[in-house]
Amino acid sequence: MSTTTPALKDWPLWEVFVRSKQGLEHKHCGSLHASDAQHALQMARDVYTRRQEGVSIWVVPSKSIAASAPEDKDALFDPAADKIYRHPTFYDIPEEVGHM
Amino acid sequence: MYTQSFNVQETPGQKKAAPVASLENPEAQTRFDARIDADGKIEPQDWMPEAYRKTLVRQISQHAHSEIVGMLPEGNWISRAPSLKRKAILIAKVQDEGGHGLYLYSAAETLGTGRDQMLADLHSGKAKYSSIFNYPTLNWADVGTIGWLVDGAAIMNQIPLCRCSYGPYARAMIRVCKEESFHQRQGYEALLVMMQGTAEQKAMVQDSVNRFWWKCLAMFGPPDANSPHSEQAMRWGIKRISNDDLRQKFIDATVPQANVLGVTLPDPKLKWNEERQHYDHGEIDWDEFWATVNGNGPCNHERLSTRVKAHNDGQWVRDAALAHANKQLCGTDQELRSNFALSSTDRKNQHKEAA
Repeated sequence: MSTTTPALKDWPLWEVFVRSKQGLEHKHCGSLHASDAQHALQMARDVYTRRQEGVSIWVVPSKSIAASAPEDKDALFDPAADKIYRHPTFYDIPEEVGHM
Repeated sequence: MYTQSFNVQETPGQKKAAPVASLENPEAQTRFDARIDADGKIEPQDWMPEAYRKTLVRQISQHAHSEIVGMLPEGNWISRAPSLKRKAILIAKVQDEGGHGLYLYSAAETLGTGRDQMLADLHSGKAKYSSIFNYPTLNWADVGTIGWLVDGAAIMNQIPLCRCSYGPYARAMIRVCKEESFHQRQGYEALLVMMQGTAEQKAMVQDSVNRFWWKCLAMFGPPDANSPHSEQAMRWGIKRISNDDLRQKFIDATVPQANVLGVTLPDPKLKWNEERQHYDHGEIDWDEFWATVNGNGPCNHERLSTRVKAHNDGQWVRDAALAHANKQLCGTDQELRSNFALSSTDRKNQHKEAA
């Protein structure tokens, strides 16, 4: 039997992001299964912040995340390897100038 | 690169301070004030006074516009860089400025204003960008001077913004500041190399510094006595250090750098004040500054029309990307495709109006 909105067989997967301290960005800390967004937030609170690891939580459906393919790693990131001039240490500045 | 934290919609002399308290929602206002007083952060989903939101949208979007327009004066020198090394460095720097603009547009968007709207305001001339980019880059030394002085001034201004009360702006600034050190050092080093060169090359550096020094001092905005918006921005934790204090910090840091470089800063009144433990300096020409802000600088028209042209020339790329994405989604759905074609035409007309 097919319907336009099929009932969920399993709870979907959610990715969990936790802000550890006020002012900092949310960081990915893991994933979990939950029936909906509210449920996922509740579960994330229980699973990932039992020791006050956070002040705020984001949950995102895992299927919404597009990821780069592991085999593309070299093509994506190698070109930055020989551009050492993007780093401040590439430039020799006389000692007496101080911090720049 | 930089933002001017003053309201350019008002003409000088007619400014009045914005009301400090909001009556929109007294309870939420109290919570907001308490958070600000505790040096806390405001995040996108938090309640905030409308004036706070508007001030931030204006400041962050103008900051973003400055990064984007800031690519133009230096970009002019990419094809004329004196060596492959300098060319690669300059491309990397201009690319960073584009990136900084994108971080900032994203931060501004968290306040509920769309990027389309921000771009339309830039293109119509309603929104401003840093006036420093309305001056021309006449010789190669200008690329070095922009890195050393313009980015140096920007860093002075941006470091306190890393502690701004609005979380997404503060975090964007932390990212920008990390990348900015390379910009200043590459500029200063390029000038050091020129100062070891011929008399002509040395003269080029001095000429460039002469042209940019006063404009860089003006980048910090009007004197505190004439900057009523600063007070409100300070109260909100958006601004942490006053225009004059930042300007003084910049001068104090730059004079020794100029000495090492072997250039003269074009201000006969520039002198160490033992009592104040700061450098004294001469008067800034604010009439010239405001004339440039209000559209009458040497390159205002050129910069804006270059930007609008680049945006319009890119329209087909944005259309093609959307058309491709829609095609992947709905195969040969004729109705959807004709809808898309229509909205794309609408958008084009909007851009024409903006231009």
